[in-house]
Amino acid sequence: MARENGTPPLRFERVSVNFPGVDALREVSFEVPAGETRIFFGAAGAGKTIALKVALGLVRPDSGSVFVFGEDITKLKEQDLFEIRSRVGMLFQESALFDSLTIEENVAYPLVNQKAIHCPPEEVAQRVREALEFVELGHTLEKFPSELSGGMRRRAAIARAVVTNPPLILYDSPTAGLDPVTAHTIVALIMKQRDLRRTTTIMVTHRYQNGNLLANYRFDAATGTVVPAKGVAETASRTKFLGFREGQLVFEGTQAELDASTDNYVRKFVKHNG
Amino acid sequence: MDFLKKWVLDVQEFVLLSGRAIANVFRRPLYVDDIIVQMDLIGVGSLPIVLMTGFFSGAVMALQMSRALAQYGQVERTGQVVAITLVRELGPVLTALMVAGRNSSGMASEIGSMKVTEQIDAMRALGTDPIKKLVTPRVVATATVLPLLTIIADFTGMIGGFVISYYLLNLTPLQYWTSVWQSLEYNDVGQGLIKPFMFAFAISLVGCFYGLRTTGGTQGVGRATTQAVVVASVLVFFLTFFITKIFVGSVT
Ligand SMILES: Nc1ncnc2c1ncn2[C@@H]1O[C@H](COP(=O)(O)OP(=O)(O)O)[C@@H](O)[C@H]1O
Ligand SMILES: [Mg+2]
Repeated sequence: MARENGTPPLRFERVSVNFPGVDALREVSFEVPAGETRIFFGAAGAGKTIALKVALGLVRPDSGSVFVFGEDITKLKEQDLFEIRSRVGMLFQESALFDSLTIEENVAYPLVNQKAIHCPPEEVAQRVREALEFVELGHTLEKFPSELSGGMRRRAAIARAVVTNPPLILYDSPTAGLDPVTAHTIVALIMKQRDLRRTTTIMVTHRYQNGNLLANYRFDAATGTVVPAKGVAETASRTKFLGFREGQLVFEGTQAELDASTDNYVRKFVKHNG
Repeated sequence: MDFLKKWVLDVQEFVLLSGRAIANVFRRPLYVDDIIVQMDLIGVGSLPIVLMTGFFSGAVMALQMSRALAQYGQVERTGQVVAITLVRELGPVLTALMVAGRNSSGMASEIGSMKVTEQIDAMRALGTDPIKKLVTPRVVATATVLPLLTIIADFTGMIGGFVISYYLLNLTPLQYWTSVWQSLEYNDVGQGLIKPFMFAFAISLVGCFYGLRTTGGTQGVGRATTQAVVVASVLVFFLTFFITKIFVGSVT
């Protein structure tokens, strides 16, 4: 389908979402070209999560258009959205692993249930193991989510988001509530997925540190570590920061532009974490 | 006015959910495993409490009615009164109330917790329709199991009535069971089985409805649970009134 080069994986056009009493998004427009990275920041309740859910078709905008791989999903019926969703990975804020399923079953879930993913049943176990090894959780297959720590749950959820190898992945606050060391591990995993599989990546975060990492570092496959990106200027220009405030997009730019911003609201997110 | 509008919208939402849940029964895939798990949860899980309420309601009916019947010298017809009230009304309603208390709340809290932890969203994101995966199996399971539970409750109720009749009212087993058997007509059995079938839809759909619309974290889950039990119980009485009205109307 519409996947020629040049079609951006995600484009918002004047998207508004109005809940009774609160406008969660107001005329938000942006575009994410293939292979690029976007960092969403903003205060709690600013509309970051809603923006991701709109991108997946989980929340229907009241006005505006949302193009996912070139297709306007606001016109699609729920049944037809499943095909699009199988090409978009999502890490939910609190992991959203299914309590009643083991880690293995959780990670296998998209392979088994997404009709557009044609994964032969005999390959499921192998791919699940690979995804769990990718996040270094190979030993937890039989465990239930409640038996894992917060950081491990987050990693298992990343495994579930990447197991189908979608070209676009949305990460909602992947490091919220984690200690700095675990948070670093999580961002490194996101970077690994981005750089090994060339995934278009959107990450919601309130830590400047995380954005900085994604903007200026890359995953080195040879050593398996995070290293400074060589053509830093080039990598940095492929990473943009988007600031949300009360449903509006109030900032869009590179890290250099973010650092130079004089807007008081935007500066809060730079200074705090310096 | 706003209150009325909200109420109408809620009812509309409920009707829509019901329609989709029931339509899904006829669409692939049907999650048979989930149906069996739910049947076990509702059926086997509710059995002890249904046996208890059934037995004691039969026993109490026998005790109460025997006094009234004694005034006319008709104590030997105790079995008849017990059987008719149980099969027509007490069996279906009491069983439904027990299952509403256990399972409407269970469904609301389980689905509600999934809602507030974004598991419902995750389900949709990963290729399953939550109505098909969560609601339809619960509706099918309840609609299968509740009539069976009701039959069991009716029967244990008759045994409860028999224990009282035999030991306290000094009726012979033959007297009691003959009057039970002779009193029941097809009409009674008909409404005794249609009622639990209809109640099953109300109980399961209300539980799922409140679960799916849960907002506001763990507090919201508590609220959804309470609302589900209250609304399901009221609906049971509402439905039994109308079904009875239809049946009584058709007889006379
Ligand atoms: N289902 C909903 N119903 C009503 N309001 C909602 C709903 N989901 C989110 N909101 C509101 O929309 C706004 C944006 O929320 P969200 O995108 O979750 O913020 P955040 O930027 O912290 O992720 C908030 O004011 C929130 O209260
Ligand atoms: Mg959020």
